[in-house]
Amino acid sequence: MVDDPKKESRLLKSAEEFLQIFRKGEEFTKSILKENERLRFRIAELEEALKQNSNSQRIKNYEERIAVLEKELDSLKKRFQEVEKENRDFAVRFVEIEEENNNLANLYVASYQLHSTLEYDEVLKILIEIIINLIGAEKFSILLVDEKTGDLVPVATNGISIDEIPRIEVGKGIIGRVAKEGESHFPETISHTDEPDPTSPLVCIPLKIKDCTIGVIAIYSFLLQKRAFSSIDYELFNLLAGHAATAIFSSKLYTQSERKLSTIKGFIELLTEKHN
Amino acid sequence: MPNILVVEDSPTMRQLISFAMRRVPDAKVIEAADGVDALKKLSQEKIDIILSDINMPVMDGLKLVSLVKNNPTYKNIPVIMITTEGAEEDKKRAIAMGADDYLSKPIQTQELIKLVKKYLELK
Repeated sequence: MVDDPKKESRLLKSAEEFLQIFRKGEEFTKSILKENERLRFRIAELEEALKQNSNSQRIKNYEERIAVLEKELDSLKKRFQEVEKENRDFAVRFVEIEEENNNLANLYVASYQLHSTLEYDEVLKILIEIIINLIGAEKFSILLVDEKTGDLVPVATNGISIDEIPRIEVGKGIIGRVAKEGESHFPETISHTDEPDPTSPLVCIPLKIKDCTIGVIAIYSFLLQKRAFSSIDYELFNLLAGHAATAIFSSKLYTQSERKLSTIKGFIELLTEKHN
Repeated sequence: MPNILVVEDSPTMRQLISFAMRRVPDAKVIEAADGVDALKKLSQEKIDIILSDINMPVMDGLKLVSLVKNNPTYKNIPVIMITTEGAEEDKKRAIAMGADDYLSKPIQTQELIKLVKKYLELK
């Protein structure tokens, strides 16, 4: 209790002032809190907006990137298809070249062997080997034009007796016609017969030196496993037509000249002995 | 370096097969004219594969394959028979004697190379 009324009044006034200051402080705090809440809400709003904005931009970027990549993928797919096609073409070409290479090797061997000797019998033997091993013929004969009669006479056979092959007049039948015209005779397909007709071969190839036919190769049957003609067969027919003819002709001339030489030598020796 | 023994009495076929074998990487071709000659070459060189004809003078291919497959030193060498016989019976006969494979004449060079490579890889 204050005894002095003046003092009491002063105290009351001070208290009143303090209370007012306190109330103002309270109001200020409340308004700050409210402002704080508003700002926090605003921040949240902005953050959300930013997030939204950032996601849509990212999606847009991704979409653009996907479009570019899809374009690249299409272009790569196209290139891949082109390369694949090229690859297939190269593979086909490789097989063709391999085949060509094999054919050339076969032709080289055939040609090399045919010209490897000047012995007539040896040439005929090699020719028979080529016809069996490279063409795949089973029964065949080689007929040469007889210089005296002009007829085709069998000189070698395989799989068939030489006695079964008749002399053939040039121009008559398949064999005679091939010898006359100088053009090969061959069917589209190969047929297998047990008893072939010696005058009617399946394949007949002329043996030609330039335009002159010196004989023919008559094939009556092929090995069972040979079912069709391949490109190498036709090449071999052409090769045989030329190379076999020259090989036979030159070996025949060589053998004849050797025989004549030996006769002359014997004659000279005889004369020398008589002279001595 | 694989050594390939080509047993064939026909010089034409020998040359043809030897030519084809040039396409087997690093291969060395040794040639023999018949079965006896082949056995001689087998004793002189280390052979990795034998390509043999059936019909040959002195000793034929079937006798050769039988001797090779019954010899402990040579029995693991693959033997491919090459012959004019195309019948299934002949093929069976060659296989029964111990041949590993069989090719009929006229031989397809690519087929032969493929077969040789296959057996050389298996070794």
